[in-house]
Amino acid sequence: MPLITYRDALNQALREEMHKDDRVFLMGEEVGVYNGAYKVSKGLLEEFGEMRVVDTPITELGFAGVGVGAAMVGLRPIVEFMTWNFALLALDQVVNAAAKMLYMSGGQFNMPIVFRGPNGAALQLSAQHSQSWESWLAHIPGLKVVAPGTPYDAKGLLKSAIRDDNPVIVLEGEMLYNIKGEVPDEEYLIPLGKAELKREGDHCSIITSGKMVLVAMQAADQLAKEGIKIDVVDLRTIRPMDVDAITTSVKKTNRAVVLEEGWEICGIGAQIVDYIQRDCFDHLDAPVIRVHQADTPMPYAKALERAAKPDLPKTIAAVKKVMYIEA
Amino acid sequence: MAIKKRADSSAAKGLHTELLHTMLLQRRFEEKVAEAYALGKIGGFCHLYIGQEAVGTGVISMLRDDDYVITTYRDHGQAIARGVTPRSVMAELFGRVDGCSKGKGGSMHIFDRNVNFLGGHGIVGAHVPIATGVAFAIKYRGGNQAIVCFMGEAAVNNGAFHEALNMAGLWKLPVIYVIENNKYGMGTAVERASSIKDMYKRGETYSITSAEVDGQDVLAVRDAMATALERARDDYQPTLLEIRTYRFMGHSMSDAVSGTYRTKAELEEYLKRDPINLLEAKMKTAGEITDAQIAEMEKEIGLVVQDAWDFADASPEPPLEALYEDVLVETTSG
Ligand SMILES: Cc1ncc(C[n+]2csc(CCOP(=O)(O)OP(=O)(O)O)c2C)c(N)n1
Ligand SMILES: [Mg+2]
Repeated sequence: MPLITYRDALNQALREEMHKDDRVFLMGEEVGVYNGAYKVSKGLLEEFGEMRVVDTPITELGFAGVGVGAAMVGLRPIVEFMTWNFALLALDQVVNAAAKMLYMSGGQFNMPIVFRGPNGAALQLSAQHSQSWESWLAHIPGLKVVAPGTPYDAKGLLKSAIRDDNPVIVLEGEMLYNIKGEVPDEEYLIPLGKAELKREGDHCSIITSGKMVLVAMQAADQLAKEGIKIDVVDLRTIRPMDVDAITTSVKKTNRAVVLEEGWEICGIGAQIVDYIQRDCFDHLDAPVIRVHQADTPMPYAKALERAAKPDLPKTIAAVKKVMYIEA
Repeated sequence: MAIKKRADSSAAKGLHTELLHTMLLQRRFEEKVAEAYALGKIGGFCHLYIGQEAVGTGVISMLRDDDYVITTYRDHGQAIARGVTPRSVMAELFGRVDGCSKGKGGSMHIFDRNVNFLGGHGIVGAHVPIATGVAFAIKYRGGNQAIVCFMGEAAVNNGAFHEALNMAGLWKLPVIYVIENNKYGMGTAVERASSIKDMYKRGETYSITSAEVDGQDVLAVRDAMATALERARDDYQPTLLEIRTYRFMGHSMSDAVSGTYRTKAELEEYLKRDPINLLEAKMKTAGEITDAQIAEMEKEIGLVVQDAWDFADASPEPPLEALYEDVLVETTSG
């Protein structure tokens, strides 16, 4: 199987879906002439022309709304945000328009639209450029939210997102664009709403998604050397969440660490812990522990940034804690 | 020549009669809505269009069936002008299952796919980029339709308006932005909210042809639309129309008609230019209609409006299962 980057996997998904369906178009800042701020859309302008690969002004609220309008009358827009930090300016269109249109029109106007872009922190970009928005977005009925953690998942989930007839949020990772993984030549789709058990083990579950999948896998590798076997549940889709996959794993391991990139308060992890306490109360051998970003804006200085982010040592420490192993 | 002239005048008579009928239907319908609201049959926010009927009627009467209309929460009159049935609008207001939005939207969210009525939208300014996206889709497909986007003059101070107009001017999109300047955004007079007095001038900075129109004169509105539509259909060019009008009722049902932010004297001055009276007077002078014919029209409309009420009243409330319906569609991916 070819080994390709997460970036190229996304590019393949875009190209294949644009070939398949001429209602699909890509719109956003620098997606065309510049080939994408992170080169995800490389070559697409040349291939599809400027009606289908649309460079927009820096006008997030405006072009998100243009996407909503186009979707309302049957096109299938893919709206790229340079990062989700900037998408905050467009949230009115995502939340008040895209997520509500079907419901408030009594089922008349569905929204086949994808909003995508990098989410979460890269390196030393400090407070305004390093935020994780999954809990904000997953809070909203009427949206689907996916967070691929590998090149294979990035391609399969983006293709499914584009074909979905509902608004789908795709949370990518700036730090993931360069990572490589196996992606088959043959076409495949990954169903939305289904988690994947990325590693099997019966000592402890790590439940995670997106960029943190990589950290969870590294933790599982290291812990395996100490004889600790981890079940890694990659949610893949955050909304609708695959609750069965979570509770099945926890009922098997009886212990869980919930790992997320964002902040603790009202984070995705809080929701996962709620599902666990509701369904697995009698199965737990220890309180569930959450690993997350420190409750501060992201600092710039290297050591502070490291201290703020969830990472491998913190994840390993959390697993040991739920297993009552002395560090 | 003489024959042509006769044909012209009978065509004009037919047109004027139709316009009068449409405006009168909206007026009587909304008077009935106010009655139902007072009885508690309608709840929530409810914004009447009374006084502004010539704007929606003039604009919409110029459109083809395959054009699109999108608007604000002040949407009943325009929906009816576009051909959404009085029954389905009234049932929506009553929160019943036969409402055009199945009782899920209410007064502010009238949608009807059958007549390309893309909704009443509740966030001031937010539907302006959406309209621009519809225009983008029209051009994307190489069509020659247009979309009309109605908004209040207060929306012009909102960022979404400016972002949208910039793209429409930049990309040359077939959208007609209609600012209904009724002088107030809730209780804030336009001169207390906008740094410029003439809203239409906002178009210039986005290379959008703009005009100011008398919104109490339905025929003047139609004339302005004719050139705007030509620009949209032939050249993919946007237009901005500032149509000056006045609302005869409060902002919504809880707002007094006058006394706080506007005087009774001001209201009375504007009531002299009731768009329905103006058209009636014009038609009577031209010998196009008699008092008896107007009375006949009133009677027929009275029946239609009462029928809408009866229909809405008899329609069931949505079943509780409907709560979870239409959040997402079953997707056909693959
Ligand atoms: C973004 C936003 N802010 C505030 C409101 C509350 N609001 C509803 S209507 C309105 C006034 C709008 O006035 P205008 O655009 O002139 O329209 P009109 O009501 O006069 O038709 C306000 C402030 C809202 N719906 N949306
Ligand atoms: Mg106003």
